[in-house]
Amino acid sequence: MSTGAAGGGGGGGDNKLYVLLVGAAFLGGGVYAYQTVRGDKQRYQDRLTEIASRPNKAAAGQPSAYIQSEAPAVEATETEEVHEQVSEPQAAPAAEESSPPAPAVEESSPPAPAVEESSPPAPAAEESSPPTPATEEPAPSETTELPPAVDSAPSPAKFPSHAPYLLIGGGTASFAAARSIRARDPGARVLIVTEEPDLPYMRPPLSKELWFSDDPSVTDTLRFKQWNGKERSIYFQPPSFYISPEELDSAENGGVAVLTGKKVVHMDVRGNKVQLNDDTEISYDKCLIATGGVPRNLQVIERAGDEVMERTSLFRKIEDFKALDKVSRNAKSITIIGGGFLGSELACALGRRSTESGLEVIQMFPERGNMGKVLPEYLSNWTTEKVKREGVKVVAEALVKAVTYKDDKVEIQLKDGRVVKTDHIVAAVGLEPSVDLAKSAGLEVDSDFGGYRVNAELQARSNIWVAGDAACFYDIRLGRRRVEHHDHAVVSGRLAGENMTGANKPYWHQSMFWSDLGPDVGYEAIGIVDSSLPTVGVFAKATAKDTPKAATEKSGTGIRSESETEAVAISPVASSTPAPTVEHHKDDYGKGVIFYLRDKVVVGIILWNVFNRMPIARKIIKDGEEHADLNEVAKLFNIHED
Amino acid sequence: MSSVREEGKDRIIFVTKEDHQAPSSAELVEEDPNDPYEERGLILPSGEINWNCPCLGGMASGPCGTDFKEAFSCFHYSKEEVKGSDCLEQFRAMQECMQRYPELYPQEDEKERQESSPETDQTTQDSAPAEMSTPNSTSAPVQDSNPTPPSAPADPTPPPTESLGES
Repeated sequence: MSTGAAGGGGGGGDNKLYVLLVGAAFLGGGVYAYQTVRGDKQRYQDRLTEIASRPNKAAAGQPSAYIQSEAPAVEATETEEVHEQVSEPQAAPAAEESSPPAPAVEESSPPAPAVEESSPPAPAAEESSPPTPATEEPAPSETTELPPAVDSAPSPAKFPSHAPYLLIGGGTASFAAARSIRARDPGARVLIVTEEPDLPYMRPPLSKELWFSDDPSVTDTLRFKQWNGKERSIYFQPPSFYISPEELDSAENGGVAVLTGKKVVHMDVRGNKVQLNDDTEISYDKCLIATGGVPRNLQVIERAGDEVMERTSLFRKIEDFKALDKVSRNAKSITIIGGGFLGSELACALGRRSTESGLEVIQMFPERGNMGKVLPEYLSNWTTEKVKREGVKVVAEALVKAVTYKDDKVEIQLKDGRVVKTDHIVAAVGLEPSVDLAKSAGLEVDSDFGGYRVNAELQARSNIWVAGDAACFYDIRLGRRRVEHHDHAVVSGRLAGENMTGANKPYWHQSMFWSDLGPDVGYEAIGIVDSSLPTVGVFAKATAKDTPKAATEKSGTGIRSESETEAVAISPVASSTPAPTVEHHKDDYGKGVIFYLRDKVVVGIILWNVFNRMPIARKIIKDGEEHADLNEVAKLFNIHED
Repeated sequence: MSSVREEGKDRIIFVTKEDHQAPSSAELVEEDPNDPYEERGLILPSGEINWNCPCLGGMASGPCGTDFKEAFSCFHYSKEEVKGSDCLEQFRAMQECMQRYPELYPQEDEKERQESSPETDQTTQDSAPAEMSTPNSTSAPVQDSNPTPPSAPADPTPPPTESLGES
């Protein structure tokens, strides 16, 4: 179709011009292409030589066993680098490294000259694969050959550079996941990496049972009495349960290893590895993020200066418990800021001490009553009265305006003019979920609830799950939420472990929580328990024997401890005697059940001083039905029985 | 008689025992025994053992987990007249392992051990009482921690009390 050329007549001159133009363009293009390709080749060569020089330096001092695999491995990594297979070096055993690049190298042959270069390394890469599996164990040797020369061979025995299951965070969710993984994947090798110096432990006793212990050495032993009288440690397992990180790779049946005092600071999702605060890298197959959170503080306190800060504590870890215990023995007055679970529990625990020691315990919060965000107002008020009975001076509707240190006292000025003088402050004002890895890992953070956003199966991205306080997950029944309770950590940790071993189950078994505020108030709850929702409370006209205290006294145990998760075996309280002897106030909420409604469906239930009925509550929430008469639903709980 | 009060958006009802005597008219949704999402008891609908059952505590996950699984699997599938009598070797291996970790598997009295299910962590000091959620209603009240409550697993295969008892 020589349209142009076919131009007849005066086409002669045009034709020549045309040919000239096209020719010039072609020539120009060709020259450009040649230059580019040549420049690339030059850069490639330069790169090669540069890389080749590096491993030789770093590799000095490697065990001789690796010398053989070293050379081909070096080439393998070179091709890898050049073709930019991965943005960062891999710490994975070379077996994994060299095989993928080898085929990939074959494929990416477009830069023509490069093809010739790549073929020699490719077979070499293949060769390197066989020797390297044999040298799997101290895999850190591979890392030294790669550019960001990782602290080369920091005694490769120190900890593994690869963990099939890597759990970031050493709390309840992490432990539950470890257990789940080990149960389902025989011989699984699980590595827990935690910032804390402690092995995994449970938190609830830190603000409850440990304070009621008669043992003066409780801050060292960290043992407490359960509801059934038996003692146990707050640690989930004694040290002998775990294997040491060094043994992780070699242990015949795998195991759970805990790396304490290390923080994961960077996560490379593409490369499936993380970097610790000491610059070591650990690669993984499956990873769980269970980083929990850090306690929040009030800005007014943070700005108040060192003297105030020194006299302020936050509360979450074992060390916080020990510190507060010490303070409580020395100070004359402690003020707890915060009226939620933690604040109220600590207030009651310290309040109890106050009767023995003369310690003044003050609790202040912005709400009208204790647990104001959880309990409907009438119940919150009732609870506050109980808390006061425990020896706590409650300052409600308190908004802190400023905090100063004056005359050897910490002075808290409230917005309404009231002033509280104290020796020490405990701030229990919420938890900030730890999402430090979101940026490097490219994980989504939820703007409504905070925490990493995950799906109903607790998955954030391929091979990454999140559980516990830090997980903002989709609850099929109740919608997207983030839950900061112990049982949720257990349930979600276990679920994450199941899904990491192939289960693909969504969050379905609803977790519960509980609280004890002194001997008269104990409740268990499940679902969304938010005081802003409309509620229906059904209470039994109470008798004296309907309290946790009564229940425990009957069974001869101490504090009615934990939850319905234990075997149901409080020795059955003698079945009900005659008519209720106690003439109660109209407002005596001895025991009952409270339903929280959202669009007429029960989304949350509190079992108020009735115990061991959680399965029924769970069922009602699971059904998600609209019930016309909640009194009928309440009948299912047999609140008048024990 | 019951009294009802409204306080803003919250309704409060006081009921006597008599008020609650008549059976409830509330309807609950029927349970699906094969619901894949539900938490399972010790034995899965397929007949296999649920190693992740909270009732097992840490038995299947600890250092002696492999031995435990082998012993218990052998027992579970044993077709002998005296169930588990062909598994002595596995149980012995498990015992041996457990003896190496007295902290985890306290060697309690024979008698005590026989009274409760071997699945409970009578022998392990393992788990937190509140650690694990309740198994759903099909599984035993048997829980992670506790030795004291006599177990009554609702599942078909009763635990091999005697065989674990032998030492």
